[in-house]
Amino acid sequence: MSGQTPWQTTGPFLHFGLPWNGAADLTGDSDLGARPDLIAPGHDYAVLRAKTGRDRTLGQRIELVGRVWDNKGAPIIDSLIEIWQANAAGRYAHPEDARSDIALDPAFIGFGRCASDKDGAFRFRTIRPGRVPGPGNTLQAPHIALGIMGPGFLKRLATRIYFSDARENAEDPILGLVPEQRRATLIAAKELGTNNVYRFDIHLGGALETVFFDI
Amino acid sequence: MADPVPYSRDDAAAQPPTKFADFKASVVRAPSHALIRAPHTLTEITGPSGDDIWENLVGPAVADLTRQHNGEALGERIIVSGRVLDENGRPVPNTMIEILQANAGGRYVHEYDQHDSPRDPNFTGAGRVVTDADGRYRFITIKPGAYPWYNARNAWRPSHIHYSLLGAGFAQRLITQMYFPGDPLFPLDAIANAVPEAARQRLVAQFDLATTEPFWALSYRFDFVLRGRGATPMEQ
Repeated sequence: MSGQTPWQTTGPFLHFGLPWNGAADLTGDSDLGARPDLIAPGHDYAVLRAKTGRDRTLGQRIELVGRVWDNKGAPIIDSLIEIWQANAAGRYAHPEDARSDIALDPAFIGFGRCASDKDGAFRFRTIRPGRVPGPGNTLQAPHIALGIMGPGFLKRLATRIYFSDARENAEDPILGLVPEQRRATLIAAKELGTNNVYRFDIHLGGALETVFFDI
Repeated sequence: MADPVPYSRDDAAAQPPTKFADFKASVVRAPSHALIRAPHTLTEITGPSGDDIWENLVGPAVADLTRQHNGEALGERIIVSGRVLDENGRPVPNTMIEILQANAGGRYVHEYDQHDSPRDPNFTGAGRVVTDADGRYRFITIKPGAYPWYNARNAWRPSHIHYSLLGAGFAQRLITQMYFPGDPLFPLDAIANAVPEAARQRLVAQFDLATTEPFWALSYRFDFVLRGRGATPMEQ
């Protein structure tokens, strides 16, 4: 008995259990995340979250917004999107990131979750991550790992969010694995008229199909 | 710094494809390009960690789904327990297992579920537990009912419980479903059948007399196996 347990789809009804209050705000500043409007009255115990009294997260606050599209171009409602990232200084709050010269931020965990809405839209609030090491002696460009699941997805699809205004993208070892003409699908661009909102649309098909990684 | 020890990869002999024609919703929700193989960097091997991490992130555990309301939930009370291990047989402690399911009549509390079966005001169907140092978990719930769905004419989902597992790293994620032994709907289920046949029975819990509570509840055992670290037989 040691073979991997197979993946199965999340199914369509994840709202009442998986997103929690604050799930989509990694800074801890708000309750962005759960969708109480989709939960029958009296059944919201599981989306309440403990008051943690977290300190203020360090770093430049950003928003990540986007929409999710199926391979026929229709918006995907009810998908579950998870992100994982380093703190503003570029360190993961995990024992295997043992670079003690880079400070941890006790107020920042780095994990978030958001469900797409009736328009296929999602929104995270977080901070811009710092750089972390890559394979060999390389340094990765600032990035956020993203997984998408949901009804119709038999297993998670994994991708990464990079930032259009990061010059370090040119030397990123993972972006370098992606054919040049598809790299733009991994790069979040700043929304016009804002200075901290980045758009990352996820397309499962068509000319703009997002690159997904086998990790 | 030295490159981290990678996790193993999806075992093609165990994992479903992204697209499975009999599961109609998967056809439009799969990418057309092949996935691009990427190495495991610090990003992939790390994840939320620390003694109280899950309570800090999502709140306290909910290990008894039958007693979250004023009255008791309707249906057959059951105990589900087991372990979370990796492919090398090592326990995976501090794994958050999130639980989602329909009620005894096969209906979810979600507003979109219009199945013609009663809601139970005393049963929500959501819980979460965290594994101990030996990778063990246990929770109490109601055996969920089967329900019809739109995948094909007269298609019914077998009784099942949804699980979401957050292990030690981003690459160790698992979302799956547990089925019950002897269910005549299991061999007909398009979602279970997306899994290669040799691994399909891993999704079926075992009835476990040893962990039943006499005069109170029957019990099922279900172990999860997450990806392991380093070279495993799967990779060679």
